[in-house]
Amino acid sequence: MGNAMIGGRSWIGLASVAALLLLWFGVTATGLVSAGRFPSPADFWLSLTQISLRGYAGGGLLAHALQSVKLVVMGFLVAIATGVPLGLWMGWDRRAEAAINPVFLIIRPIPPLAWIPLAILWLGLGDGAKIMVIWFAAFVPSVINAYAGVRNIDRPIIEAAQMLGTPRWRMITEIIAPAAAPMIFTGLRLSLQASWTTLVAAELVGALAGIGFVLNMAQQDIYPGMILVGMVTVGVLGWATTAALSLAERRALAWNVAGRD
Amino acid sequence: MQTIPLKTSEKWAWGALGLGSFLGLWAALSAFGIVPRQFLPSPLDVLTRFVQLLTTPFAGATLPQHLASSFQRYAYGVLLAAVIGVPLGLLMGWFRWLDAIVTPLFDGLRFIAPIAWVPFAALWFGVGIGGPILIIFAGAFPPCLINAYRGARFVEPRLIEAARMLGTGNLRMILEILLPAATPSIVSGLRVSAGLGWQSLVGAELIVAAAGVGFMMVQAQANVATPTVMAGMVAIGLIGMAIDVMLRQGEAWLRRRRGLQA
Repeated sequence: MGNAMIGGRSWIGLASVAALLLLWFGVTATGLVSAGRFPSPADFWLSLTQISLRGYAGGGLLAHALQSVKLVVMGFLVAIATGVPLGLWMGWDRRAEAAINPVFLIIRPIPPLAWIPLAILWLGLGDGAKIMVIWFAAFVPSVINAYAGVRNIDRPIIEAAQMLGTPRWRMITEIIAPAAAPMIFTGLRLSLQASWTTLVAAELVGALAGIGFVLNMAQQDIYPGMILVGMVTVGVLGWATTAALSLAERRALAWNVAGRD
Repeated sequence: MQTIPLKTSEKWAWGALGLGSFLGLWAALSAFGIVPRQFLPSPLDVLTRFVQLLTTPFAGATLPQHLASSFQRYAYGVLLAAVIGVPLGLLMGWFRWLDAIVTPLFDGLRFIAPIAWVPFAALWFGVGIGGPILIIFAGAFPPCLINAYRGARFVEPRLIEAARMLGTGNLRMILEILLPAATPSIVSGLRVSAGLGWQSLVGAELIVAAAGVGFMMVQAQANVATPTVMAGMVAIGLIGMAIDVMLRQGEAWLRRRRGLQA
């Protein structure tokens, strides 16, 4: 399709990133984009060294990043610890599904970000409110995918296990959970993305530390260099946690990945 | 898995039980003061407040007026994302060199949560309409691009070979082969975009806006007006649901039409 350039692909990619960097340097150095609107590479570097070495918004870059990662991981873990079992149960038990689904249908259309004002009213500006909204954000994809994972299991597998008199507990740990695992991981990836978005929003609305707080302070100080540092940090952290999850997936689902190749 | 589906009556009974216990628990928590009523109003309080807000202004406008200004931003942001994302995705699906140029940049930007654009949005646009539009665009753009791109890349190769043999040029190839073949994928991308855009809108309005339903909720939060916050959540949920239902209908309609044609 098109003109094939498979060999030159990565080279072109590299060149386009380099071109973008050059363009960035060019438009800021010539004053085409004023320094008050978008930082130059030098501004970016200065802001980066400032926050890393001397700190900004009450802490160093590492401290803010750790605070954000801590909240995302905690909210995410609470969400999967509650969401995945609930999804598995709804997939397994038709009565549970019938009872829980309507409640779910009511709550689900409310975007996680819309819980932020309520979370702040209930829990204030501390860690609790953030964990609550991350929980809401990550909970829904966990439940839906675990549920769909169970529902998509081949019926003969389950019937065979039932016929062999597999006890209920072994049924869940050895048949249901492994068979639903690929779908569950898909849900976890969506959950993780939702967690980051929600955390950044929650920290922007009100926080005392964290990357969103850095962004908020930089916005109030009209400090474009620091805004860019905050954005890049958000991107790097999102990428790193997603990569960690993919690694966990490959470990946990080695059988499945091997089967796919 | 319990392989026998429930009877319809049983399903309704369990559903009513679930919903009843949810609302009952909520009402009880609030009525017996286990959670102070100021922070957890009863379901009835929220409903009353919702109805009130339809005619009484809060934070400068009534709920329908806030929703109207939210919806205007939302429409601009999502339309902009579709108008740029879909054609770019199709072009990337056809021209390999464009794919090679855009993909690394796109992948780099994608990990930045849309909401992280808020400070620049505020810097560039103040509390005007541009800020929320930028954030909605950032949220809605990726699915438009990705789905158009995938749709174009996975077109039946035979169709392309046949068209090529007949001497079809690039423009006609994209408009008459890739676009129709990619339409189902594009439409489901638009549905995802619409949902993400609505989410981003709420986030944007919580921070950079002087009107809109998100702004109303932040003002209510500052005044500890919990029923108003919750009424806002209800309104956001209802509109989000309506958007999703409409797009699902559209998608189903399109599938039926194409199914008949095939």
